[in-house]
Amino acid sequence: MLTTNQSSYDLFCFILQRSKKEKCTFHFHNTTVNIFVAKSKKTLAKPGVKNIVLVDGVRTPFLQSGTIYADLMPHDLARAALQGLLNRTGLPKDAVDYIVYGTVIQEVKTSNVAREAALGAGFSDKTPAHTVTMACISSNQAMTTAVGLIAAGQCDAVVAGGVEFMSDVPIRHSRRMRKTMLSLNKAKTLGARLSLLGSIRLAHLAPELPAVAEFSTAETMGHSADRLAAAFGVSRLEQDEFALRSHTLAKKAQDSGLLSDVISFKVPGKDIVSKDNGIRPSTMEQMAKLKPAFIKPHGTVTAANSSFLTDGASAVLIMSEEKALAMGYKPKAYLRDFVYVSQDPKDQLLLGPTYATPKVLEKSGLTLNDIDVFEFHEAFAGQIMANLKAMESDWFAQTYMGRKTKVGAPPMEKFNSWGGSLSLGHPFAATGCRLVTTVAHRLQKEGGQYGLVAACAAGGQGHAMVIEAYPQ
Amino acid sequence: MASARLLVTRSGCTALKAITGHGQRSLSVSSAVLARTHVSYEVKDNVAVVRINDPTSKVNTLGRHMQAELVEVINEIWGNSAVKSAVLISSKPGSFIAGADLNMFQACKTAEEVSYLLQAGQKMFEQIEKSPIPFVAAINGSCLGGGLEFAIACQYRIATKSKKTILGTPEVMLGLLPGAGGTQRLPKMVGLPAAFDMMLTGRNIKADKAKKMGLVHQLVEPLGPGLKISKKRTFLPARPLAVDFAKGLAGKKVRVEKKKGLMQKVQDFVMGLPPVRKQIYKTVHNKVMKQSKGLYPAPLKIIECVQTGIEKGNAAGYLSESENFGKLAMTSVSRALIGLFYGQVACKKNHFGQPEREVKKLAVLGAGLMGAGIAQVTIDKGVATILKDTTEEGLARGQQQVYKGLNDKTKKKSLTTFERDRIMSLLSGQLDYRGFENADMVIEAVFEDLSIKHKVVKEVEAVIPPHCIFATNTSALPIKDIAAASKRPEKLIGMHYFSPVDKMQLLEIITTNKTSKDTTASAVAVGLKQGKVIIVVGDGPGFYTTRCLAPMLAEAVRALQEGVGPKKLDSLTTGFGFPVGAATLADEVGIDVAAHVAEDLGKAFGTRFGGGNVEVLKMMVQKGFKGRKSGKGCYVYGAKSKEKKVNSGAEDILKSFKLTAPPAVSADEDIQYRLVSRFVNEAVLCLQEGILPDPVQGDIGAVFGLGFPPCLGGPFRFVDSYGADKLVQKMKHFEEAYGNQFTPCQLLLDHAKDSSKRFHK
Repeated sequence: MLTTNQSSYDLFCFILQRSKKEKCTFHFHNTTVNIFVAKSKKTLAKPGVKNIVLVDGVRTPFLQSGTIYADLMPHDLARAALQGLLNRTGLPKDAVDYIVYGTVIQEVKTSNVAREAALGAGFSDKTPAHTVTMACISSNQAMTTAVGLIAAGQCDAVVAGGVEFMSDVPIRHSRRMRKTMLSLNKAKTLGARLSLLGSIRLAHLAPELPAVAEFSTAETMGHSADRLAAAFGVSRLEQDEFALRSHTLAKKAQDSGLLSDVISFKVPGKDIVSKDNGIRPSTMEQMAKLKPAFIKPHGTVTAANSSFLTDGASAVLIMSEEKALAMGYKPKAYLRDFVYVSQDPKDQLLLGPTYATPKVLEKSGLTLNDIDVFEFHEAFAGQIMANLKAMESDWFAQTYMGRKTKVGAPPMEKFNSWGGSLSLGHPFAATGCRLVTTVAHRLQKEGGQYGLVAACAAGGQGHAMVIEAYPQ
Repeated sequence: MASARLLVTRSGCTALKAITGHGQRSLSVSSAVLARTHVSYEVKDNVAVVRINDPTSKVNTLGRHMQAELVEVINEIWGNSAVKSAVLISSKPGSFIAGADLNMFQACKTAEEVSYLLQAGQKMFEQIEKSPIPFVAAINGSCLGGGLEFAIACQYRIATKSKKTILGTPEVMLGLLPGAGGTQRLPKMVGLPAAFDMMLTGRNIKADKAKKMGLVHQLVEPLGPGLKISKKRTFLPARPLAVDFAKGLAGKKVRVEKKKGLMQKVQDFVMGLPPVRKQIYKTVHNKVMKQSKGLYPAPLKIIECVQTGIEKGNAAGYLSESENFGKLAMTSVSRALIGLFYGQVACKKNHFGQPEREVKKLAVLGAGLMGAGIAQVTIDKGVATILKDTTEEGLARGQQQVYKGLNDKTKKKSLTTFERDRIMSLLSGQLDYRGFENADMVIEAVFEDLSIKHKVVKEVEAVIPPHCIFATNTSALPIKDIAAASKRPEKLIGMHYFSPVDKMQLLEIITTNKTSKDTTASAVAVGLKQGKVIIVVGDGPGFYTTRCLAPMLAEAVRALQEGVGPKKLDSLTTGFGFPVGAATLADEVGIDVAAHVAEDLGKAFGTRFGGGNVEVLKMMVQKGFKGRKSGKGCYVYGAKSKEKKVNSGAEDILKSFKLTAPPAVSADEDIQYRLVSRFVNEAVLCLQEGILPDPVQGDIGAVFGLGFPPCLGGPFRFVDSYGADKLVQKMKHFEEAYGNQFTPCQLLLDHAKDSSKRFHK
């Protein structure tokens, strides 16, 4: 199958088809030409198993926290994404059977943010909604929950999404103060109340910030990323180069209008926002000037090669294929096999993709060469580079993963070619849907068949999913 | 390896050739390099990386050989003008340098000989301190004693932030002092108070604390799995980092001097005032005297060396240090402490071989103080443990004790709350025998009553698998009596723990003539896993430890009856070197337990175990004065005030049992020796009877289990150093007044007759 009709390439491709069975990318006069040759499998459809499709996916612009979204609440962002999805798909509100949303840092007032956002977005109050949390793969969990509901025959149309709002996080009173305040509620006499008030000390008023550290190890993620990079011998230069690549590709994608999942959002009291605002291609010189952010003074992870705190929400519409076709939709992709993995939260906190990738490929019966589009979550440049090195290492595969051989590292030209979390931003629970939607869009644009999403998450967990292009 | 070394040699040669232009000379150097076994180095980018690796041991120690090679290498480095800086690193994963080689000092005959050795060390470190090129010490694992002194002579120190990395000056615990510049450099580096604390307590300092104190300049994080195929991975980051810093120092890009904060400036100013320093010396001196009762010379010498160095200058300080070290090395206290150190090492090995099966699941019966303590030290080392009791209240109390024990560790930051929870998850508290069918070992810690123990043996043997070992934790009941109820006596063994189990280091394992060797090997393996120092003794009433303690406590009761007050008795015993006074010890052990033991052993051994009247103890128990646990014993407990009050009720009882003290044997020193000689005589008798396999285990058991004065090194070393003849003489004197309780045993008499007979060589 050829993506171009230029006959001059035909012979070339014919020879190639006979010698190599993989996708090849040629660069001729600044035109990229992808040539696809036989895959391990023609499709991942299985007899007797329902095909589940991604109808469409949208997201609000991802903004650096503390900027234009600063005065909103999480459910406002989630609502914007839901409304955006409704507008984009023209979906009748009562056609949705269920809504699942992911979130990481919970706003206590809207702990089931899925329900609050759905009601606000005008979905039927008869549509149930629940919220899931699994750190940076929360919306992946929301999507696979939807897949599960459909596969089990319980639903036909589910909206999944994720929201993260870092401009405002719950800062609590200290435990001692909370205890006093709760007792105050129960105190019956004035004397009891006064004595409780009298027990308050200045130190009790010190607020408690949400932990940025891993609970089990008390280590911050950046610190762990720095150690991981060092363990795999990833240099500062490599990290800065990768971060620069991410920003450059994101800028290019943004400028050429490839980021079509972004919807415009009129922020109450502010202007219409329609673009991510964290994409800032810098220079290697400028990046080299930064001091390490976590391990001082000799660490390699800096603010410039890490993902930044971001506000944003995303949503996708997932349906059974029959239902989508019956409603007249042209689906974008099939959601196929997926896996969750988990490992040591101390030393392998961010190695999720390394563990998840070979597992999901094995499950699908594909090899790395079958994959045309890779979208990996970029938590830190050092984390991505470490994962790529781990995937490229037979020794690591044998020693730590109990595999016979390495899975291999994805070729860079297929990898995060529209930017990634480092440049587009990373609203924890919203990233998963962005990855899946991006894979679907890239498969359409580049003409590939299979795409792979992989991500790491706090707690030492990870996820990967195989996505198959919907025949055009 | 050989090829790598050749390569290093060759590059070393070329570097030399380039500088000196004498090819021949470099040849001779290369052969010297090849001959070196402990120290090697390579030069890369103007940095010499010096690696230390003692091929004969698991840890690096500074012995004659190591020292000689180090001097050689350092001189070569200084002679090589291409070298701009140097990194000092160990090739061993868990040890930088664990200290000086003790054998080197022990081989010396005179104090002067020792001093001379130290002066060589001092000189080497002084040269490094004044080195024209900077030295960076990259520390991973133990950096103790001479190792620390080496490191602090370097211009820069980097340490890995790992649990294995510990820095410290433990010399004081061996009756010695940091003798290679430590007393001179540490006060300047970390300040007078912190330096005194380090040197006088000998405590281990973890990497992050060392950074805070200014003992190391930089920390490096241990890494997880990566691409390197090496077990030594954890200290890999230390080397490149140290090399970077070495380059930085050479190029003056890294500054060693840190800007001092205001507090530091104020402290420096205050310390600069002679009267303030004088006050500090005085305070520290008084504190040491109070704690050591003047029985330990080393701490006082440490103060003296520090003072000399600060007040009279470096030269005088170094001289004082080497001379005092020499003197200390010749003291009986130092020999006693070093003997204990070696004894402890010997008692941390399994001399019974590898057990056939590893104990992976353990069950403890009885959730009392002992049972819960045993469960705590077991789960702490990752072994799944069942804690069974008969009542819910008892079980809850025991589980709470385990939780509290672990939680206290989180407060001290030696555990994280997460680690605590993981460890707790290994504990299964229950009232039934569920899971016993998979147990590899059962340790019973039920009430000390033979019929109850018999019942338990039968109940447990009905549910455990055939390979399971049954261990009984008793302090006095003969194991063979308990084993009488067993269908499988070869699988039955005694494991006598000491309370509180998580603090006391000793475990006394008791074998009967039916206990199989594999059962013993397995019990020792479990004890070692629990972190215990282990002695293995024969069976008999009171085994070894309880049997030694009982006559001493009987004597203590007699002294009390004779009108020596509990406080006086305590001060006499602590004055002799016991960490806990006899009256306080009785309260800690429990008056009821003491009464029980005294009665049982009295029956077994007759009048030799007499002295004080057992009725005194029984009466106290009757009145509820059971010791600390009941709030009253010899003293009254509970009130938060530090001053302990004597229990007047106990005094009344003592008055009603009053004895007249024979004046000939009632001077303070007499009372001390009456107590100690009965202890020592019983210990020697245990050896004579074969209950004890050797004097080393006897010394370790007495010091670690019963608090026998560490400065005396244990009962056997005490006999050696004090003189068996002198002791026998004293005992005969006491025998005249009191009778056969003071009759020296045959082995002691043999030693008294022949002064060449010694328990320790």
